Amino acid sequence: MQVLSKIFTKQSTYVPLVAIVLGLLVGAIVMWLGGYDPIVAYGAMLDKIFGSTYDFGEAIRQVTPLIFTGLAVAFAFRAGLFNIGVEGQFITGMTAATWIGINLNLPWFIHMPLAVIVGGIAGALWAGIAGWLKASRGVNEVISTIMLNWIAYYFANFMVRVVMVEPGQNRTKDIQGTASASIDWLVTLMDNARVHWGTVVAILCSFVFYYVLWKTRQGYELRASGFNPDAAHYAGMNVKGSIVKAMMFSGGLAGLGGAFESLGVFKSMAVMNALPGYGFDGIAVSLLGGNNPFGIIFGGILFGFLSYGSTGMSFEADVPNEIIRIVIGAVIFFVAIHGIVKWFLKPFFRKRREDKKEAA
Amino acid sequence: MEAIGLLLNTTLVFSTALILVALGGIFSERSGVVNIGLEGLMIIGAFSAAVFTYFSSEWGFGGSSAAWFGVLMSIVLGAAFSLLHAVATITFKANQVIIGVVINILAFGLTIYLVKSLFDGSGQTENLSGIAFTKYNVPYLSEIPLLGDALFKTYPTTYLCYLLVFVSWYALYRTRFGLRLRSVGEHPGAADTVGISVIKYRYIGVILSGAFAGLGGATIALTTTYDFSHTTISGQGFIAIAAIIFGRWHPIGAAGAALFFGFAQALRFQADLFEWSQSIPNEFLYMLPYLLTLLLLAFAAGKSRAPSALGDPYDPGKR
Repeated sequence: MQVLSKIFTKQSTYVPLVAIVLGLLVGAIVMWLGGYDPIVAYGAMLDKIFGSTYDFGEAIRQVTPLIFTGLAVAFAFRAGLFNIGVEGQFITGMTAATWIGINLNLPWFIHMPLAVIVGGIAGALWAGIAGWLKASRGVNEVISTIMLNWIAYYFANFMVRVVMVEPGQNRTKDIQGTASASIDWLVTLMDNARVHWGTVVAILCSFVFYYVLWKTRQGYELRASGFNPDAAHYAGMNVKGSIVKAMMFSGGLAGLGGAFESLGVFKSMAVMNALPGYGFDGIAVSLLGGNNPFGIIFGGILFGFLSYGSTGMSFEADVPNEIIRIVIGAVIFFVAIHGIVKWFLKPFFRKRREDKKEAA
Repeated sequence: MEAIGLLLNTTLVFSTALILVALGGIFSERSGVVNIGLEGLMIIGAFSAAVFTYFSSEWGFGGSSAAWFGVLMSIVLGAAFSLLHAVATITFKANQVIIGVVINILAFGLTIYLVKSLFDGSGQTENLSGIAFTKYNVPYLSEIPLLGDALFKTYPTTYLCYLLVFVSWYALYRTRFGLRLRSVGEHPGAADTVGISVIKYRYIGVILSGAFAGLGGATIALTTTYDFSHTTISGQGFIAIAAIIFGRWHPIGAAGAALFFGFAQALRFQADLFEWSQSIPNEFLYMLPYLLTLLLLAFAAGKSRAPSALGDPYDPGKR
């Protein structure tokens, strides 16, 4: 019991929890002002997520790419880089994996892993361009990754529309069955929810993330270079190399996410009308998770479940499902201004301190 | 010849919003506050312009007064929304990048939520053609060959934008206000020591960015899309950030960069006008400006230097 209360009084734990409650409260107030019934709406949301095995599987599907992109953003953050380009790296990985999935004929135990790995490498190389530009030419990574997003977006559309197109359709041919990343028995078990190996890999990746950053020399150098490049350089670390490596690792995670989205979920790629937004949502997930690999799993689950559940809100309670964006925005807002959260909790903590005094 | 005039004209129309938003971003960033939320502030602007123009015309505002009322509201609400950014980052010293992302998420959620509530579940506002801005030909000047087509047959907001580039440059580099604003972004400690209120100037910087971004968003709703939906603003705010960095945090430099990106967007609509461009897959034409920007940044431009204190909350105790 004491251990439990310790966990919950740690600032890194209670701030997000209180923030989630406050965020849901903000959403409820907005709904109430708009003349909707928040209780019915939140009920419909929970019902949508946990109501059937199919929906639960689909909610997990929604969570998976968010964990990948969240990890990607966070890894760069930890090395002092702001990778807005996760979006583009995700698209690049998706395109590369789809190409492999369509065009090669291999046994499944080679084909699927190969497509996934190529997707990851494509994302890594795409991000590596921005890393190299920063390290050797001093180009701000924010602007270069924004440019790379658009280049990736148009290039992917070209690949879909011209190179890999299913004639007469607005999408590519289907990938070969051997490249599918679906977990077939689980798909059957969950009434055709599109669950895939990416979820498992995403969770493994967060362990790798943790190991690389905190248990290797390499990771120490990355964090040191991010924290204070001058000091790291003075200590003899290769700061420029760290920038490229950090970007590539980050882009690799994004590319894996993209690969699984194609191989595991859609089995093909459609022409995009706008940037799909996975990367930008990744920024939000990374912030929700406090840039911590395990926090990001929870951040991804929260973000993914809420956005999946929101479709139920609009269907059953007639609330525009964008309400959930307001909730998510508010949650991150309260996490960021933890001063406010502490202020809310002040009376609670004061009371406990007094209890302690009395006990003593 | 006519095609080129038209292309340039479209370039100016598309870059108007980017220039305005970039100008706003410069005020904020020069005061030391990163504003990743420009995209969201543009969304607020485009939404307010579309909604208030529509309803004010319903209320009986005639001619272009409805559109101007929409513009006014977009500036006011853009500025009001940016207050959220200012309070969080300046007063509560929250991370500026995080709050910028929050602004983007909230603006998107809130506006689409409101649109659906106001227009019976439809994800877009009513069409504004007929009440939005129309092009205005400047007498005499518009008759100059090529230049007239390119520069002087355009929307009132574009003329306003030319003016604001100059005003912003003047304000930043020729007035006491501008010097103080920039000093707060370069070395807040020093500025504070000589009696300049860091808090006040940063608030002004951020609120100006909201007003400008709101106006920029409004020009898109009122001169390009004629409505507001979830795709009205898709990435322009981030392009404006790129323009700021590319233009080295200088109003005229950023305007130049924004023109370049506007040209990119204009090409998309005009590509089939030229014979040589028809054989190239469109996607390569579209990506060209972004590719060129990347190459220019890598090999031609010198290092662009951000304001020194950009991104750091000011803490008088650490002076």
